[in-house]
Amino acid sequence: MTMSTKLLGITSAGVLLAGQLALVPVASAAGPSMVEEGKNIAFTRKKGNCLACHIMAGGKAAGNIAPPLGAMQSRFKSKAELKAQIADATVKNPETSMPPFGRHKILSDTEIDKVVDFVWSL
Amino acid sequence: MKHLLKKIAMLAVAGGIAASAQASPEADREAFQNFYKNRFTNVPMEEYPNGVYSIDPVGRENWEAIEEFSPYETFIDDGQEMWEKPFANGKTYKDCFADGPAIAGIYPLWDKKNGMVMTLPLALNKCREANGEKPLKYKKGAINAITSYIAFASRGQKTNVIIPKDDPRALEAYEKGKKFYYTRRGQLNFSCANCHLQNAGMSIRSEVLGPALGHTTHFPIYRSKWGGMGTLHRRVTGCNKQVRAKPFKAQGEQYRNLEYFLTYMSNGLELNGPGARK
Repeated sequence: MTMSTKLLGITSAGVLLAGQLALVPVASAAGPSMVEEGKNIAFTRKKGNCLACHIMAGGKAAGNIAPPLGAMQSRFKSKAELKAQIADATVKNPETSMPPFGRHKILSDTEIDKVVDFVWSL
Repeated sequence: MKHLLKKIAMLAVAGGIAASAQASPEADREAFQNFYKNRFTNVPMEEYPNGVYSIDPVGRENWEAIEEFSPYETFIDDGQEMWEKPFANGKTYKDCFADGPAIAGIYPLWDKKNGMVMTLPLALNKCREANGEKPLKYKKGAINAITSYIAFASRGQKTNVIIPKDDPRALEAYEKGKKFYYTRRGQLNFSCANCHLQNAGMSIRSEVLGPALGHTTHFPIYRSKWGGMGTLHRRVTGCNKQVRAKPFKAQGEQYRNLEYFLTYMSNGLELNGPGARK
């Protein structure tokens, strides 16, 4: 909790700074640390455990129940759409095996945002 | 295949909402077994009692090596001792089960008098209590010795669960078990069917998901992960925990009904317990 609050603080500070300097668009505020954080959450068994079902770059001993994750920016129109899929995949496909990470609070909203940043980078 | 899955899911929903006449257990069983026949076209029906090893050649090699020095053997011996040793009142299990020890094939059965599904572990404890002995625990421990001995003596019998037509409560219990099987539960939102029907043969991390068909034939099992033996209800408890659902009581109504349904799905398959699993 302290960790994520702290990170959130750093991120919003970053966004604020970026906005002020008008150098970087807000959308790319996800720096490498967000992606790295997201990767950790995605790979950790007690957290996202995405590797249980999805093959993706950098992950070992992945399952094959679900589609491999790659070229994500060509498969989802926006990060928001990707986030909606992670938050509750049963909306699009009621028969999906994918746990509803948001709806069932398996991950916090902040954690899902980080995972989105990571998955979006694949 | 997708169509068939849908059909099974629909049957499940139909059965869950109303225990009506349309979904007969026999039609369910046929659809269930055909699903696997169509998915694993090279796997003969008589292979399914071997569980996941019927479809996972790598796991099978390890399993066969384990079976060479079967880790459950001492449990069979201990169970035989239990079977033969008289209770404090001088009677034995044989006084309760005249056809014993080879009686695994008749369980689970519908107990009309008590209006409930009777399983082998429950029947054994009823016998003990009727003779002034303490009941055994239902997940770990000595229950696995006595059931190992009985399972071993019953090897070769065919799964043959009967849902008697003269008591509508039996069909109701079956329908409840079926509904349990297809209901998503836990924070991770999985039904039993999600993994062992829908995704049977696929891998979760590096573990191959076993087919549900044949799941009931080989209990109790020695499970390497446990470093010991466990009952079917212990295993189901583990499944529920894995999807972060609160497990039900071993030998409580939910798991007994589930066992009734799940064992019925394997009707016709040979009993081959006790078993060894990863």
